[in-house]
Amino acid sequence: MYEMGSYDVIVVGAGHAGVEAALASARLGCHTVLFTISLDQISNMPCNPSIGGTAKGHLVREIDALGGEMGRAADACFLQSRMLNRGKGVAVHSLRVQADRVQYHNYMKQVCEKMPHLEVKQGEIAEVITENGSVKGVVSSLGGYYRTKAVIISTGTYLNGRIHIGEVSYESGPDAALPSRTLGENLRNLGLSLRRFKTGTPCRVHRRSVDFSVLERQDGDEKIVPFSFSSDASTMKNQVSCYITYTNSETHRIIRENLHRSPLFSGQIEGIGPRYCPSIETKIVRFSDKPRHQLFIEPMGLQTEEFYLQGMSSSLPEDVQLAFLRTIRGLEHVEIMRPAYAIEYDCVDPTELRATLESKKISGLFGAGQFNGSSGYEEAAAQGLIAGINAARKIQNLPPFMLDRASSYIGTLIDDLVTKGCEDPYRMMTSRSEYRLILRQDNADFRLMPLGHELGLVSDEKYQRMLEKYEKVEKEKKRVQMTTIPPTELLNDFLKKHETTPISTGVKVAELIRRPQLHYEILKPFDPSRPNLEEEVTEQVEIQIKYDGYIEKQLAQIERMRKLENMKLPGNLDYSTVHGLRLEAAEKLNAHRPQNLGQASRISGVSPADISILMIRDRTEREEKL
Amino acid sequence: MSEYGNQRTIAAISTPEAPGGIAVLRLSGEDAFSIGQRCFRSSSGKAIGDMAGYTCAYGTFLDANGADLDNGIVTVFRAPHSYTGENVVEFSCHGGLYITRCLLESLLHAGADAAQPGEFTQRAFLAGKMTLTQAEAVMDVIGATGERELRFAHAEQRGALFQRVQKIKDQMVHCLGDLAAWADYPEEEIPAVTPEQLKTLLKAVEKALKDTLSTYHYGKILQSGVSAVIVGKPNVGKSTLFNLLSGCQRSIVTDIAGTTRDVVEERVQLGDVTLRLWDTAGLRETSDAIEKIGVELAQNCLQNADLILAVFDGSMPLELTDFDILKQLPQKPMIAIVNKSDQKMQFSSADLAEHCNFSQILTMSAKCGDGLELLQNAIEQLFYNDNIAPESGIVSNTRQKKCIEEALQQIRLALDALEQGKMLDGVTILIEEGLEAILTLTGERVSETVVDDVFSRFCVGK
Repeated sequence: MYEMGSYDVIVVGAGHAGVEAALASARLGCHTVLFTISLDQISNMPCNPSIGGTAKGHLVREIDALGGEMGRAADACFLQSRMLNRGKGVAVHSLRVQADRVQYHNYMKQVCEKMPHLEVKQGEIAEVITENGSVKGVVSSLGGYYRTKAVIISTGTYLNGRIHIGEVSYESGPDAALPSRTLGENLRNLGLSLRRFKTGTPCRVHRRSVDFSVLERQDGDEKIVPFSFSSDASTMKNQVSCYITYTNSETHRIIRENLHRSPLFSGQIEGIGPRYCPSIETKIVRFSDKPRHQLFIEPMGLQTEEFYLQGMSSSLPEDVQLAFLRTIRGLEHVEIMRPAYAIEYDCVDPTELRATLESKKISGLFGAGQFNGSSGYEEAAAQGLIAGINAARKIQNLPPFMLDRASSYIGTLIDDLVTKGCEDPYRMMTSRSEYRLILRQDNADFRLMPLGHELGLVSDEKYQRMLEKYEKVEKEKKRVQMTTIPPTELLNDFLKKHETTPISTGVKVAELIRRPQLHYEILKPFDPSRPNLEEEVTEQVEIQIKYDGYIEKQLAQIERMRKLENMKLPGNLDYSTVHGLRLEAAEKLNAHRPQNLGQASRISGVSPADISILMIRDRTEREEKL
Repeated sequence: MSEYGNQRTIAAISTPEAPGGIAVLRLSGEDAFSIGQRCFRSSSGKAIGDMAGYTCAYGTFLDANGADLDNGIVTVFRAPHSYTGENVVEFSCHGGLYITRCLLESLLHAGADAAQPGEFTQRAFLAGKMTLTQAEAVMDVIGATGERELRFAHAEQRGALFQRVQKIKDQMVHCLGDLAAWADYPEEEIPAVTPEQLKTLLKAVEKALKDTLSTYHYGKILQSGVSAVIVGKPNVGKSTLFNLLSGCQRSIVTDIAGTTRDVVEERVQLGDVTLRLWDTAGLRETSDAIEKIGVELAQNCLQNADLILAVFDGSMPLELTDFDILKQLPQKPMIAIVNKSDQKMQFSSADLAEHCNFSQILTMSAKCGDGLELLQNAIEQLFYNDNIAPESGIVSNTRQKKCIEEALQQIRLALDALEQGKMLDGVTILIEEGLEAILTLTGERVSETVVDDVFSRFCVGK
């Protein structure tokens, strides 16, 4: 072993979590080092070449508002952009882009390389060294000793990674990278509860072997909305199309007949896979009545002929993969370039972490991304950002930075992980947020940029622009609420044409905007005093007016939630002495040590009756103090 | 750290405090066995603490001075296999008031605390032995006075309302599941949720909630009786009727019109029927200040009453003013009572029926007490609908009612929003709010209000 210097923060793994963590830590002024087993894998997308999607798009917007990199990178490297769920209401609008995998990697690698205070190193970290329950440093597989007070583990699927393709299995990281072989054992010895999860990815196929002429084409949106507040939409253009096709009964027959050769069903894989992102064989078994499943054929980049088959992840043998793919319309002559595989990896039980993502057991040890039991690039990046911020703040003796459920999807994600835990790789979904109508992707800037600015991750200039945007929103909202439109024949003809009730007396512009059949833009001819405003401003005006009843309702819900969050639980309470608590609840509470009743109520195994008991205990105590 | 918990061992007489064959005293808490032992000497010589759960022993009960008091049985329940989830000893002694009181004193002397009303049930709830609605139902059992009430309360204890609500909850969760899948998986082939489908589903939920809510009226009547107001022109015999029903002279009865000035409430048992009877000042315009207060109170009673008993003087010919009073009344079930059947009757039921729409018309003599049974039957027919099976679950208190009302309101808002063509993301929020109210009802969601509300009835404290 030899000394390799001293750092404030060390990040182990340079995937989507590690990169955000390292960038945040360095931007906050900490001397940071980012380790990766291969420099060629930085911010790799070993699965979908895409960023965003339902709820994930929200996460990217929130990362951007807090000063993270993912949104800017996605805007710089996107090939096709679509706002999903357009017809389903603003709460569930979600931005998703196809990205150029290689370009995305290059972009992020260079951002890291150019970042002051950040060193990027190729090397496998074999061991975390602790002393008296606190992190002291890490040792590389070459024997280099790096001193530090904070380590962020973001090992993704590398940690004891094992790939399965049919009957074949071997130790490996994703995309044929080397796995991390010794760190897992070391973390177990330090007292962390590690477990085994599994995920999978579909085949990559050659463009020339796909008959696109018979496939449904899917193009990007005409008007592109960027992820990042800093990006300029006018310069952004779709460059590719995606395609849709379907499995059929023949595909299903081949899969079913070969299930015994799938490591998932033979018992060879012990890791738990993502419920919400199942392999094609799982889908066919679980939804046996579905006659077909949809798959998307997506380009991997502009400088490659590889295409990705979204929805077809599998761990069946290579020959079976080829056979079932060739039953699919458009893929009759398909040429597989990389077979689909399943990968098992070690991860931590996230209930061992605090909301700062620091381990409860080892001071200075943080976790982020798949290591914490989540799945998805965006979930990883969000956690990386929070872990990086908190590692830096710990070094700088600043109070921890935590987001609650009512503030953001990031807060919801982390609260779910650290209080409820997860039994399978956790995926973000809009239905996981009870405050959906407030936590929209369109107002992430308003919700979180003040925090990002205060942290020091968002520039004054960007912050000022955000404030100006919302000043304009306020002003225009007031104006439409005050401005009356008189009833004219022209207007009433217009209203009738849009199947809404004509007016007989003057009404406020806002009242008309509120009608579901109408919207801000089309009322322009009847609203002569309207100023010329950017679309991002008028969009906010429209949403705030159309949804104000719901928004109020959600604010009241948040108020109620915060009341429970404000009922603090003593850190030293031994729950087994609280009479009336069921044994299971007392054990769970002693293990989780929730900080307040709200958190306690979300721990699985703690029932409402248990919470009532804690509430009564709290009340009795308060009364006794009086 | 202060101690919270049921460290106190509590004791109470669990059977009604009235002479009877046997009485049961219950002792519950950590020290139940040792405290019980101080008040009991078993014939076999075995200590209570050595007995297995669910076993009995015969022996002698001792009073506070250690002297023999009575012979009887103790039954031992070991935690957590008891009603409260704690160690419990039940003493079955002879049912004299004196003996039971002496035995309770003895238990208190030996270290037990007197149980607060409902405290055993509270402990059972806290020990996770029953759901919130079941716990509430036990409180209703404790308050139950008639046989019919008890039947419902027992059904509630078995979770009838809980099950009824569970079905509604499942429907709502189903709606939300569809909406969530559709919103979260735009790229899977999830069937679109159309406003029309959603409307159909929500209308079913709305109906189920409305039906459930409508049982509240019945539940309330079961619990607190039918509140009835006696109205009529001055001096038709309202107070005489009141006194007949209540069995005593509560109202001042004179022949001078307007002598009843206060509103008097009386709980009256008419067979299985419980009446909460209000005698009101004569409903007529008056300049007398004191009487005016009485009249205002009477109007209040009328608004809240379940039943109106309209009294007419059968010995006098019908006058138009007889009906003036009825015109002021709110729409309610109304029974007409043609009083003074002991005198020569001047008009028939048919004459009355011509003028006004009564639920029933009876002839009776309040003075002699004739026709009381007719009245009882009429009320039973109107209010005690045996078609409502206790097993179907009824809403029996205002907390439950508020939850159902809240859920109903949210579902109606959701339906309105759909009607107006609003986006489904907002509609989803409304359904979630409705579900929240249902979960609050069943105790699956905690909120401080629930704890406040329910536990104020359980006398939580020290």
